[in-house]
Amino acid sequence: MSPHCLTAHALLDLFKSSKITPQEVFEDVLARVKAVDGKVHAYIHPAQKPSFAAGAFPIPIGIKDNLCTTGEEITCGSRILKGFRPPYDAAVVEKVRRCGGLIVGIANMDEFAFGSSTESSCYGSTFNPWDLSHVPGGSSGGSAACVAADEAVWALGSDTGGSIRQPASFCGIVGMKPTYGRVSRYGLIAFASSLDQIGPLTKDVTDCALLMNIIAGYDERDSTSVNVPVPDHTKALVKDVKGMTIAVPKEAFVDGLDLEVRKAIEDAVAFLQKLGAKIKKVSLPHTPYAVAAYYIVATAEASSNLARFDGVRYGLRVSPKKVRKNALIDMIEETRSQGFGNEAKRRIMLGTYALSSGYYDAYYLRGQKVRTLIKEDFDAVFKDCDAVLTPTSPTTAFKIGEKTNDPLSMYLSDIYTIPANLAGVPALSVPCGFSKQGLPIGLQLTAKAFHEETLLRIAYTYEQNTEWHLRKPNL
Amino acid sequence: MSISSKDVQYIAALARIHIPPEKLDMFCAELGGILKYVEQLQKLNLDHVKPTSHAVPLTDAERLDIVRPSLDHQEALKINVEQKDGYFKVPLVIE
Repeated sequence: MSPHCLTAHALLDLFKSSKITPQEVFEDVLARVKAVDGKVHAYIHPAQKPSFAAGAFPIPIGIKDNLCTTGEEITCGSRILKGFRPPYDAAVVEKVRRCGGLIVGIANMDEFAFGSSTESSCYGSTFNPWDLSHVPGGSSGGSAACVAADEAVWALGSDTGGSIRQPASFCGIVGMKPTYGRVSRYGLIAFASSLDQIGPLTKDVTDCALLMNIIAGYDERDSTSVNVPVPDHTKALVKDVKGMTIAVPKEAFVDGLDLEVRKAIEDAVAFLQKLGAKIKKVSLPHTPYAVAAYYIVATAEASSNLARFDGVRYGLRVSPKKVRKNALIDMIEETRSQGFGNEAKRRIMLGTYALSSGYYDAYYLRGQKVRTLIKEDFDAVFKDCDAVLTPTSPTTAFKIGEKTNDPLSMYLSDIYTIPANLAGVPALSVPCGFSKQGLPIGLQLTAKAFHEETLLRIAYTYEQNTEWHLRKPNL
Repeated sequence: MSISSKDVQYIAALARIHIPPEKLDMFCAELGGILKYVEQLQKLNLDHVKPTSHAVPLTDAERLDIVRPSLDHQEALKINVEQKDGYFKVPLVIE
């Protein structure tokens, strides 16, 4: 098998026995990018050539376009940040570089991570490596597609309402949103600060544990980073689920759940039971309200976070031809009107509305209260269950263009992933099947805060007893 | 709940976004549709529920007040914006 097809842990073994060098692997991955990225469009642009400094993990990696990376143009997939070159590295980029990580390219994303299909990027869509007429999911669609297409060995993404897990599911790879506060957000361009979390997209569960070991940990530069000990995540790679209790919520089997996805999930539940897990039927009664609460809380935070893009300090500045109000306000309005795409404008306006005088109590406060109820639902289930199992997404990857004119239907594709962000708990997507059409299906596991190891152990056991993760798209 | 084009113009102005007249109907319809969906939250009785702003209970993060190196002024200004004499340059505000 060509080096670009391998996992990070397989490559590390080859490095140890001197069968191949990191330079050779990097060159091979670059050749792969050259061969297939014209079709997949996972990357916005290639990164500067790395220096091949010594380090324990000299692995080719894709970096989402919202993680500050020195030497690169970083734009959040938006015209408004065109030309922005961050003067510092995000904490995760710094950690990856310190381990010898080799950045292949800057991965495409929905504008400001607003989307579930990577179609709202100002650079155009990324295409699903399994079927180029379908979306890769989003917002970390470029990060998921570059890993699935072997254009990177692993990648970093960010997840505010499912933006790592849903594209991982659509592209047939592993993706994890760690507990809120587990990974430093320093240098992540913010979307919704109380929900955003950076995490790994990898070819298998072992790589997910390895990349978590690199990026996790307290950082005083992120005031929401939590100062708790970080475990060695690879210790959780135990092929045994005996004695573990996995909760299956009845709300997971909603109208709109694709029949093939439903079947794959039911099969996975039965299989985990056969492997020794105890399955418990539970209810998370407030999760049906999660999408509604999320689109208030997340847009309110986004409208506030994106107020900084005013043409004064970063990227784009547009000066209007004629004065409407006054020169400064006109410049700000013109820059924002031309710099943001439609979905960004929609979300900023929705958030502004939810926070505006007279609507705060009816919307934002209500959204925050429902968030409490969703968190309490999880707390109750985790009293006697180790993890919650649901589909990652109600469907497999949808067609390019299918939902671009229907924002609400796009939002509903995150129905299973949003609750974990609202509750701040970790969740992971692992491949669990394919549709008849050949599109990947993912199952999502959710655990208690700071119990990423539980997710890794269940996912590892499932993965090592199945072969879904070994399939490759035919590009 | 429906939202009028006047409402859309009002929130667009608050958000410093200019919506051209020909796009008002589109934003009205889309925002109205989302607000209608969000309406379902009104069904819940939330009188005795406390709001959650952050999932992880954190209070103010503090550190010792010691001067230490940070991003250099010139480095910080290297980002692509109009500048003059080490400052960001903006349109004339006061004549």
